[in-house]
Amino acid sequence: MERKLHPVRALTAVLRLTWVELKLFLREPTTAVFVFAFPLVLLFVMGEIFGTVEGSDISFRGFDAMDYYVPAYFGLVAASIGVIMLPAHLTGYRQGGVLRRFRAALVPMWTVLGAQVAAALVLAALGALLVWLFGWLVYGVDRPADALGVAVAFIVTTVCFAAIGALMGALLPAPRAAQGAGLMLFFVMLFVSGTGPPVEVMSDLMVTIGEWLPLEHAVVALQDPWLGYGWNGSELLILAVVALAASWGALRAYRWK
Amino acid sequence: MSPPETVIRVEHLRKVYRHTVAVEDISFEVGRREIFGVLGSNGAGKTTTVECVEGLRRADGGSISVLGLDPQRQANALRGRIGSQLQESRLPDHLKVWEALELFAGLAPHALDWRELLVAWGLAEKRSASFASLSGGQRQRLFIALALVSDPEIVVLDEMTTGLDPAARRVAWDLIEELRDRGTTVVLVTHFMDEAERLCDRVAVVERGRIVALGPPVALIDEHAPDVRVVFTAGDLDVGWLRGLDHVRAVTRAGARVTVHGDGPVLSLVAAALVARGFVPRDLRVERPSLEDVFLGLTGHHVEE
Repeated sequence: MERKLHPVRALTAVLRLTWVELKLFLREPTTAVFVFAFPLVLLFVMGEIFGTVEGSDISFRGFDAMDYYVPAYFGLVAASIGVIMLPAHLTGYRQGGVLRRFRAALVPMWTVLGAQVAAALVLAALGALLVWLFGWLVYGVDRPADALGVAVAFIVTTVCFAAIGALMGALLPAPRAAQGAGLMLFFVMLFVSGTGPPVEVMSDLMVTIGEWLPLEHAVVALQDPWLGYGWNGSELLILAVVALAASWGALRAYRWK
Repeated sequence: MSPPETVIRVEHLRKVYRHTVAVEDISFEVGRREIFGVLGSNGAGKTTTVECVEGLRRADGGSISVLGLDPQRQANALRGRIGSQLQESRLPDHLKVWEALELFAGLAPHALDWRELLVAWGLAEKRSASFASLSGGQRQRLFIALALVSDPEIVVLDEMTTGLDPAARRVAWDLIEELRDRGTTVVLVTHFMDEAERLCDRVAVVERGRIVALGPPVALIDEHAPDVRVVFTAGDLDVGWLRGLDHVRAVTRAGARVTVHGDGPVLSLVAAALVARGFVPRDLRVERPSLEDVFLGLTGHHVEE
């Protein structure tokens, strides 16, 4: 199937779709709750539990609890967009025939998915900014050691979760199923990836489960440049590979449907 | 009627879903500026046929050419030249009417001013309403406006007036005729016989994946349902002699009420003959067969509502 589109037109299409998608996401209460409010509430809980403990045994990779959690929660924000918001959104598009309408207007599938990723990046950036502001204003969290490194890890993380969300949206049967599966995956990841209890207090089993899920890798990839351990090439590579595989799978799956 | 320039050519189209044959063998041509109707009951294969024309489905057999292009392999060249009002296709719940129009206008190479469409299709008041809050009729009109926003040369309307109230249907019909007058070719999928008869230059009656009749509505009626009835009140007058007129097949009487069965110009002949004999009935009227009768005659069943 030859459906080439002039690059400038394609870019314009992606931007227009992105703008509309952003507005749609912002009108969706799930977004407000899981992308903006929930990470702050959780960060507050973590701060109240661990942030004030003096001389605790838990080291948080040698830093204060909040220096550890703030970059980790950037990953949590991206994960909530990828596994909670996008799958429900896209299964709705598929089931309701919204995708057919785009196809009938000869809008290529990749521009539709590209717009989801672009919108996810903007929303994730907003959510992360809130997390950072909250950590800074309430707990006096330091600035990152390597801001560029954090930014790169953040983009890779968000694209990775957006691609996973697109794939889930292609494979799951209906919006409710997608929301259920997404919430399940989100909470499992939350507890085993260092975003809930610190890694040091987790059992070996929890750690192992975490290592098989993308959020744990995102958390380390984000924390390393933030805390001054430099770029973590291997974690970034894992995330990039997952992102590519999920994108490829999603594009193929949507073509079949 | 031979169309001036063929813009859609479908030859021996065949489409099978798993074990069901949706389209057995369908061939037709549509000329530029034609309003071409595809008539049939649910499941007859109408929607599948036009979805193949729109490039949404790949045919299993036969060939399709739209504006000289293959809708599957040369889809890119058709972008913006064919507009589709899809059946059973939603928009995101939170999308506003104007946002939908602006988005699809922006995705087309040479779009119309969507604000004018908003007014023409009676959506001006609903401009900022979300898709979820629209009534069935309003959604339908939005879908038609979306199909037209790319200023297409061909527009495919699938069950366009389903969900519209009678007044809105009439407005829609006027707008479709206007559209054709401006040069657009219209493919109208419908199961409303009055709509097809009123709007279409030619119709294809589809039954079980095949075209069972194709032609202008009037010609189809003449061919498949030629029976014309002329009805009037005659009092005690003897009208048996009417049987001797050309184009009259039978004259029946129920009390004062006379029914003349015939075909073609029977109304004019009966009227002239009555007047010539000095009898001028006040209630002379004709009951013409409609496409509904054609459909019934061809398929043996009514199209379901």
